[in-house]
This record gives sequence, C-alpha cells and structure tokens, in this order.
Amino acid sequence: MKLYAKPAHELHEMLLKKEISSTELTKDVLARMDETEDKVRAYITETRETALQAAAATDEKLARGETIAYFEGIPGAIKDNICTKGVKTTCASKMLENFVPPYDATVVEHLAAERPVILGKLNMDEFAMGGSTENSAFHETRNPWNTDCVPGGSSGGSAAAVAAGSAIWALGSDTGGSIRQPASFCGVVGMKPTYGRVSRYGLVAFASSLDQIGPVTRDVTDAAHLLQVIAGHDEYDSTSSASEVPDFAGALREDVKGLKIGVPKEFFVKGMDAEVEASVRGAIKKFEELGADVQEISLPHTEYAISVYYLIAPAEAATNLERYDGVSYGARVDGADVVEMMTKTRSEKFGEEVKRRILIGNYALSAGYYDAYYLKALKVRRLIKEDYDKAFQSVDVIVAPTAPTPAYKIGAMTNDPLKMYLQDVYTVPLNLAGLPGISLPCGYSGSKMPIGLQIIGKPLDEATVLRAAYTYEQSQTFCREMADLGVKA
Amino acid sequence: MKYEAVIGLEIHSELKTNTKIFCGCATTFGAEQNTHVCPVCLGLPGVLPVVNRRVVEFAIKAGLALNCTINKFSKFDRKNYYYPDLPKNFQTSQYDLPIAEHGYVDIETEEGKKRIRITRIHMEEDAGKLVHSGATIKDSAASNVDYNRTGVPLIEIVSEPDMRTPQEARAYMEKIKSILEYIDVSNCRMEEGNLRADLNVSLRPAGTDGLGTKAEMKNINSFKAVEDALTYEIERQEEVLEDGGHVVQETRTWDPARGITLSMRTKETAQDYRYMPEPDLVPIITTDEEIRAYKEGLPELPDARQARLEKDFGLSSYDAGIITSSRDMAEYFDAVVAEGADAKLAANWMMGDLSKNLNQEGKSIGESPVDAKRLGAMIRLIEKGTISSKIGKEVFKAMWESKDDPEKIIKDKGLVQITDTKEIEAIVDSVIAANPKPVADYKSGNKKAIGALVGQIMKQTRGKANPQLVNQLLEKKLAE
Repeated sequence: MKLYAKPAHELHEMLLKKEISSTELTKDVLARMDETEDKVRAYITETRETALQAAAATDEKLARGETIAYFEGIPGAIKDNICTKGVKTTCASKMLENFVPPYDATVVEHLAAERPVILGKLNMDEFAMGGSTENSAFHETRNPWNTDCVPGGSSGGSAAAVAAGSAIWALGSDTGGSIRQPASFCGVVGMKPTYGRVSRYGLVAFASSLDQIGPVTRDVTDAAHLLQVIAGHDEYDSTSSASEVPDFAGALREDVKGLKIGVPKEFFVKGMDAEVEASVRGAIKKFEELGADVQEISLPHTEYAISVYYLIAPAEAATNLERYDGVSYGARVDGADVVEMMTKTRSEKFGEEVKRRILIGNYALSAGYYDAYYLKALKVRRLIKEDYDKAFQSVDVIVAPTAPTPAYKIGAMTNDPLKMYLQDVYTVPLNLAGLPGISLPCGYSGSKMPIGLQIIGKPLDEATVLRAAYTYEQSQTFCREMADLGVKA
Repeated sequence: MKYEAVIGLEIHSELKTNTKIFCGCATTFGAEQNTHVCPVCLGLPGVLPVVNRRVVEFAIKAGLALNCTINKFSKFDRKNYYYPDLPKNFQTSQYDLPIAEHGYVDIETEEGKKRIRITRIHMEEDAGKLVHSGATIKDSAASNVDYNRTGVPLIEIVSEPDMRTPQEARAYMEKIKSILEYIDVSNCRMEEGNLRADLNVSLRPAGTDGLGTKAEMKNINSFKAVEDALTYEIERQEEVLEDGGHVVQETRTWDPARGITLSMRTKETAQDYRYMPEPDLVPIITTDEEIRAYKEGLPELPDARQARLEKDFGLSSYDAGIITSSRDMAEYFDAVVAEGADAKLAANWMMGDLSKNLNQEGKSIGESPVDAKRLGAMIRLIEKGTISSKIGKEVFKAMWESKDDPEKIIKDKGLVQITDTKEIEAIVDSVIAANPKPVADYKSGNKKAIGALVGQIMKQTRGKANPQLVNQLLEKKLAE
C-alpha cells in the first residue's frame, strides 16, 4: 500500500480507524529502508528492534481502545547530533564514533511523550558543518531524486530519509540553513523555528547563538504538528523563549487574502539560477492569485550575511568543540604526555572541514583580531537583524529562494569551500536574525531536481509562516510527489 | 638601592551555595571522587549551563560589602585554555562586564588605616581536581580527574596593586575573609581551598612610581603562606636586582616545606584566552530595587561592629579590632555580654585564656569547649566577688575539661572566695605572729616585705581569700 509514502496525519487517521497497525506501518517503512538504504545511506545507526517494540506497544493500546498521540506509532528518525540516551550520537564524527549519551535531549523527551517509533539516527555533515553531507566521517548520503547528487546538508540524512520514504518524519538542526537547504534539495518540507522556540539542550552545539532544532516532514501539516511537539520553554536552556506556544496546527488554513508578502530585491540578482528564479517567481505569482498583497522590499545588508556568518559560527564552534580532547569521553589517541594526547586526538579525529572552521574561529577570537573580526561581525549581525525588523513593519512574511541552485553533483564543490559557503546566501540571514523560516517544494529543474521556496516570518510568528506555506502547498501538487528511486515502482 | 614592593592579590573564594553554579549538583566538600557530577558539569556534548541565582545574589552581596559598584548589566564569557581538569577546555567566567567593580577595604597598618582598592569581582566556575600518580602532571604515568569540584561557584576578587609589605597583604586577605564570613557567602575554610590567593609582586626603587616586572604565585591558601611567600619573593627579587639582573615575568609556586618559591612557567607572552561572550547564557540584569534590597539585607560589617564595640563598651581599638576580626568571635563576644558579663572583662578573657587555649589545640572559636554562656557566668561570679580573677583561671581550665557550670566547679572544688572579715582576720593574726622577720622589716620601712605575708595568707587559704581584703587587714594590723 506504499504506506511509507504517506504523511503522518494520514497515517494517524488510518491507525485510529484501525485500517493499519503500527507494526504493519513500521515494517513497510523498514522494508522501504532495506530497498533504499544501499542507494541513499541516510542512516548512521538503525534501531529496528526498539522500533518494532514501540510499534507493538502502540498496537496494544489501539487494541485496548485507547487513543493515541499524533506521532504515536509513526516511524521517524533523528539527526545524529541530537542526544539520545543509550543510543549512539556520533555527530558523524570519528571523535564521537562510539559516544553513547547518558541523557536525552529535551526535544527527545518531548517526542518520547508522544511514543513514536524511532528508526534510528541520521547522517549529517560532521558536527553539522557543511551543506552537502559529504563531510560525514562515515559515508555520504545521496539525493533520492538523483543518487549522483548531494542531498544538501548538514541535515542531509533527515531530508533524504523523508524523501526516500525510509522515515515518515525526521528531526534536523539548522545553524545556517541546515534544515531548509536539504529540504529544498530533496523536495520535502523543512522548518527552522525562531531562535529560542525549541530547546537546544541535548543538541550537540555547533554555533550556540544560531543553532535551532526543527522538523523535516513530507508536508506542512506534519511540520506544524512536529513543531508543536518539540516547541516550548525549557528550564535547562536559558536562551529558550518563555513565550507561550500557539496552536500551530490550528493556524493551518487556506487563506492568504490580504497577507502582506515581501520580496527582497537583493535576493533576486543577475546571474542567479534561471530555473530557481522561475520557480520562485511562479510561487510568488501564485500567492498574488490567491489574494496576497505582494510588495518589493529591501534588505540592504544581505551581501554581508555570509561573511558575518562565517566569522560568528566558526568562533562559537571553536570554543564549543574544545571539549573534545580525549580526556573523559569520546575518541582518544594516546600520546607521550597529555598535550600530545590532546593534540593527536584532535588532529586525527576531526575532519578537514571541522578543523578549517576551528582555525578560522580561533583566528577571529585571537587577541589583536577580535575587534576587527568577531566584534565587527556582531555589529553587522545587528544591522542585518535591523533590516528584517524594518521590513516586517510593512510585511507579514518574506518569500525567497531557499538555495541558489538545485542539488548539485557529489564532489562538485568539495575542492572549493568558499563556493560552497556561498550556497548559504538565502538561509544564513535568518539564523543571524533569529527568525523562523520554512522551505517547501515549488518546482523542479529540467532534470527533475526539486526546487525549494523559503517563507520567512517575524520572530515567534511560525503560525503565519505555516499558514502561508499550507495555503501554497494546497494550491499545487509538488508536495505529493515522491522520488521513486527505481524501486517498488 | 632601597626597593619598595608593589603587591596585588587575586583572591578566589568558593561560595557556600548548596548547588553548583550551572547545574544542580551538590557542592559538598570531601565526597567520594566523581559522585557529584552530571552531564552539565562534565561538559558532555549538547549540555547547556543555567545560572544558579544564588551565586549572583552572593556575588552582589560580596560586591556591596566590599564597597563596589554593582553592574546592572553583567554577562558571562568563555575563557579558553586547554587543561585536563577543565572539561569544556574553557572556563565560564566574566571578562569585560563583571558583576561588581571599583570597591575598597580599609586595613590596619603600623602607620594607621590604609585603603586597598578593589578593581573588580567576577563570578566563575571552579575546575576539577587532578590526582596524579606522581608528584606533578609531567612525571606521572597516569592522572585521574575528580570532577566533584568542577562547577563549584567562585568569586574572584581582584585588588589594585596597593599593598607594599607582606604584612599589608596578609591584613588585606584577613579583612576579605572576615567580610565574606560576616555576609555568610563563603565558608572561607582555607584548608579546604575555599579561599585562596594569587599573589602578584614586583619591586621598584623606593620613592618612584613605575612598575617593575612582576612574578605571580598561585593558589596560596593560608595567611602565613601569604606573608612568608611574599617575604621570600621580595628578598629574591632584591637579590636579582642587586646583582644587576632583571626579574623574569613568570608564575612561581610556593614550597612551604622549604620556604622558597620556585619557577613554574615563564610568561614570555601573555596567554591568549580568546575570550568571547558566553552564547549559552543570557545577560544578568540587576535592578536598582534589587541592589537596594541586598544592601539593606547586609549584616553589620567588621568596621562598623568594631566602632560600635569601642563606642558602646569603651573597648580599645586594638581589642575591638581583634574581637570583630571574625564574625564568630564577635558573636561569641556579644553572647558573653548578653549573659550579663562586663564587656572589658569579656574581651580580656577572650583574648587571654580563651585564645591561648584555642591556639594550643588548633581549634576555631566555634569549636571552643567553653561556650559563651559558661564564660559569661564565670565572669559574673568574678564581678560578684564569689571568686577572684586568679581562681577564675582555675575555673576556666576546669570548664575547658568538663561540661560543668562554673558554679558547680566552684562548689565541688571549694573555690568560693573567703570574704568573711573575721575569718581572714584570724588568719592574718596567726601569720603576723608566726613571721616576726617580715613584720619587723615592714615596720622598719621596707614596705615590700608585706608580699611575703600576703603569700603566706594565700597559701593557707589556697588562694581563696579576697586579695583586697587581705591587703586591707594586713596594713591595718601592721599599723597598730
């Protein structure tokens, strides 16, 4: 019945109506995993046994006539930088290859209350540093739409699994576009909530002031429900917002009449990918047809976002990653003394991209350079945020491309880190400004690679973002398509 | 050439909160290794710190008690350096916006009162403890890390280089300890490392204003060591300079057993800590109302208490200074006086027999076998004339060794003073009769000869005769 291709809200209804059992559903997704994993390789760790146990528990509840939570009994997976008690959390790094956390991330605790079926932990760029999942220390993940292409990153495993049908839903993390860009590349829905909307406790830190956990799902409805599960204040995260969490699913309705939509002129520049531009402009036209009030806006400091991001993120990463020293957990390479042990451990167990960013970060924080780099970056970050504050005085949401291109070929950018960094141009400003954003499919390239539309909202206004995304989604058919991968046609 | 020392102290004080600065682990000292730990203080991947509000409260109180300005906007920063006792390889501390700044304390010196300025007070987390198989990390085959202390809250109190002698440095540290004890934010148990100082000292030609190259001695945890280490280091630097050499900027350790300082590591260039704002914590905002409330909640501080004892009880500045140097001592004094004892006598007994006995047994006043109630009762018996001061010493000794009240001791040992004139008169008569030589000497003008007669009377009464009465009666009889 191709259960693996359905969104969670349909499966939830089917479970309630006893049309399917959770075990049946889980086995279907596991079978899909068997068929796709050798091609896609979205997973680092699979937890099939506990998955089937959870499915059986849901079925028993249903048999007893009890009700179930939205994600209860529905199989999904978690990015491997989110701590799961008793299950390896590697960050796709040799450094944490055998690290088993003794605690659950707050989002995992929230999820556990829903009793979903957890299939395993998903591949990513090492410590979330990258945009292609090629930086995983273990293996690449491939794009289900074309396995010669990257799935994007760093949450490449999350997007690829949902796109391939080897998970119904997934959690990812987004520091500079790491949920939205792979969602765009893989033709799924991915959302970065407002900074502080979701607890970061238990998310292995890359850049603390930018990191957010968010949902990767098959459609906007599932994104709203998954965000509902993970959002909320956490006393273990001082930076989490104390604001009340609205009813996201309740906000979903087909209505953008009079919604003021801003289109930043700085995002549509000469020389941009023609297919991406055409698809995004098509979506903007659709919004107009649906009654939205579209207007051009200006975000004048956009051009500095990449430079600012690649100073702040590595600086925070440099200190966040100091703890990996071989002393009390993680990998250790022995040395003649403690200094040599630490040096060897870090030299041998971190990958090239991680080391590159640690070096950039430490350079930016060094005495004599701090004011010129890090402090300057913090000031420009404020200017970027002020651009958005100003824009949101006249519009409700902003629409933009998610990524400048569709998914590219594996290896195409590995020798040119700077070119790869430029891929983040549309996504990093949101992290710098702490804003919520969603990516959902809005078209395909000529070679049938998905193209993503990004909708950006005011701080803590995920509800409006979700409503706009939902309205657009209902108006077209892109979101109902799935990569077939040439199996189980 | 004559040199002048320039001394500044960085005092680290552990705060007496129940839990650590960024997690809920207990701060109890002396627990089994690695039992007071959790993912947060172990710095596991993914954890986040949450500030213990008690730490902020204690730091603000310390700031106010040390006459600082409280920064209403303060933040934490990461101080980055690699050391195996530091799980995250950065210490969460405060850099450019510490909780308190610009304070001072006054100390007593030989030249009178002197003001020592305090640059800043900041909050930070303590590191773990390395347990080496050998003497140092370098000559150990293996080292263990005990993370119980990791995350115990500290305040660091940084002074201006305002001290000129080891004695001033000691007086300054004693004053800081005293104030922290008064406001009850630190246990100040120096032997447990609750209070420890880094000493910075340099020399300059006397009468000049410049600063010489300094040496730093870390983790000094006794007053004696502060004084001894500085005394040694000043002499060492003097010799280096006299020999035409120059002092090297370095960290040195104090070896109390050998009484010398030793070079630890040379600081040719300042270590780059790559400070950055702690992105996992939000700034600490303190309102004027909160500051006012903390200020009003502060107890009477040592200087004010000393002034009160001088004014209300007529104690000398010296006596009042010693009694108020620790909160326990001052409270003991108040309790003795509350028993109805005379304040001056109370001060004398505390600074005399009580201090002597405590010092001999290495006890603090809180551990004194003679509590304030019994000492107060005994002093009152002296005031009433029930016993003499001399007998008081015997009673005090007995109280030290038993739990008995002074009344019971006096009764059991028959120490009640003889104040019955008739009884003493009879003894005086018999002593005069039995000692014709001193009597004759006295009568021929050698007034000192009376001492021998008093001694005889006291011997016969086993010291119980009221001394004034004895003198009076003797003089009267001898004049007859």
